[in-house]
Amino acid sequence: MLELKNIVKIYQGGTVNETCLFNEFCLTIPDQQFVCVVGSNGSGKTSLLNIICGSIPVDDGAIMIGGENITSMPEHKRLRRIGRVYQDPARGTCPSMTILENMSMADNKGKPFNLLPCVNRRKAEEYRAQLAQLGLGLEDKMGVMVGNLSGGQRQAMALLMSTMTPIEFLILDEHTAALDPKTAEIIMQLTGRIVAEKKLTTIMVTHNLRYAVEYGDRLLMMHQGRIEMDLAGQERRGLRVEHLLDRFNAISIECGN
Amino acid sequence: MNLLLSVLEQGLIYAILALGVYITFKILDFPDMSVDSSFPLGAAVTALMIQSGMPPLLTLPVSMLAGACAGALTGVIHVRFHVRDLLSGIIVMTGLYSVNLHIAGRANVQLFSYDTIFKNPMISALPFEVQTYAPVVILAAATLIVKLIMDAYLATRSGFLLRATGDNPTLVATLAKDAGSVKILGLSIANALVALSGCIMCQYQRYFDISMGTGTLVLAVASVIVGTQLLRGMRFLRATTAVVLGSILYKGCVALALSLGLSPFDLKLVTAALLLIIIIAGGHGRKKVRRHA
Repeated sequence: MLELKNIVKIYQGGTVNETCLFNEFCLTIPDQQFVCVVGSNGSGKTSLLNIICGSIPVDDGAIMIGGENITSMPEHKRLRRIGRVYQDPARGTCPSMTILENMSMADNKGKPFNLLPCVNRRKAEEYRAQLAQLGLGLEDKMGVMVGNLSGGQRQAMALLMSTMTPIEFLILDEHTAALDPKTAEIIMQLTGRIVAEKKLTTIMVTHNLRYAVEYGDRLLMMHQGRIEMDLAGQERRGLRVEHLLDRFNAISIECGN
Repeated sequence: MNLLLSVLEQGLIYAILALGVYITFKILDFPDMSVDSSFPLGAAVTALMIQSGMPPLLTLPVSMLAGACAGALTGVIHVRFHVRDLLSGIIVMTGLYSVNLHIAGRANVQLFSYDTIFKNPMISALPFEVQTYAPVVILAAATLIVKLIMDAYLATRSGFLLRATGDNPTLVATLAKDAGSVKILGLSIANALVALSGCIMCQYQRYFDISMGTGTLVLAVASVIVGTQLLRGMRFLRATTAVVLGSILYKGCVALALSLGLSPFDLKLVTAALLLIIIIAGGHGRKKVRRHA
């Protein structure tokens, strides 16, 4: 279970531009829940993910995983049990290393990075099979530098790599936003499959309301650092894109734009 | 013949230096100025040890250890205290100057009457004709060993992490590793090699001079760029091999220019101009651009 308790996050504190994004923000996500988060720009979606992962510090409050307080744990230690995929496909892979090298490195997460050889030829077949499932033709390019691949191919790899080793949480930060509609569809289907197979607790930020409705079992709409809408269970099942869009527009009109 | 031999010898000594700088400059994308002082640091340690009658072979690991400490210091200043990369190198470089003087005891130390890895009873026992070639054989062996170990290291899990750190620190964090610690490790390895090169240079020329480090980084970067740019077409060459060849090639060019009548006064100017031309031609001057999809 992931809990955010009374989180306070202030940007540019102590200056005239001080803005308080989160004030006593609370959120509880039970194990194996797939949460979709939508909201306009600046509503705090990415900040929320960054706070969970430890990429940015909080001004007050506590972040708990399974009852353990991880508020002061550095980012790389938290990420041991978290897989994260970014919007920018370049951030999830190493461009100057080959597909095989990237996969081997990701497979070593959680184990010591010592002086043993990183590439295990016997495992290459396993990686090839995983890549073949994507249907992007990557299985025949094991020796190709990842920098030469397209954004969609790299994002698919980033998703595979972040979920290769046993993790508890999957954090997806608009991971289909930079992709064309067809590739985005492939990546989303892959996401759904991996989350179901590995029973991951997932938080997906997206601007695509259709994905937010189709995937996951809980939906959050954020606005100015607050949760405007929190649907799960029965309510969530009847939800349609139009309802979401109406609510989205209503919020924007309230703000006067 | 003598010229060719000395080009090879010096090229090989500087090849070890260039391999070290290849780690910081190319792999980690870190402009490590501390190199200019960790090179003479290796030499100072060597001068001290040889004068005190310690076995010349022992100077190699001890110099490396000293260099590794210098590199780690640069890394800690940069990573833990958030000082900019260039500045942290300059700080260590400046401080080490005095440390080097303290270690060596003087600004100049001559070692002509002591045994070194190039001049010892074992080498003297060899026939005279073979003795001429002893240094180049020793240096080729040393460089080859360093290159092979480095190749092997870069294929290990730790080596992969090092390459990933220069490429994409975000990924290193998602792999649950601290990119900062990897940077410190990389700087230690790099400066260990730089100090090793300084140690060998000191024994080769048989004196230590406090100013022998001036321009080391530029020289090493030139070798790295000459190697990786000019030999880019030869894909079968490993980057480390290209760096070694680049170092020899660079030394050869300098020797050629001097023997063709270039005044030593102009040497640095010509070096700078040549380096600039190669960098611009190779599109190397721009900061490593993160390749977005």
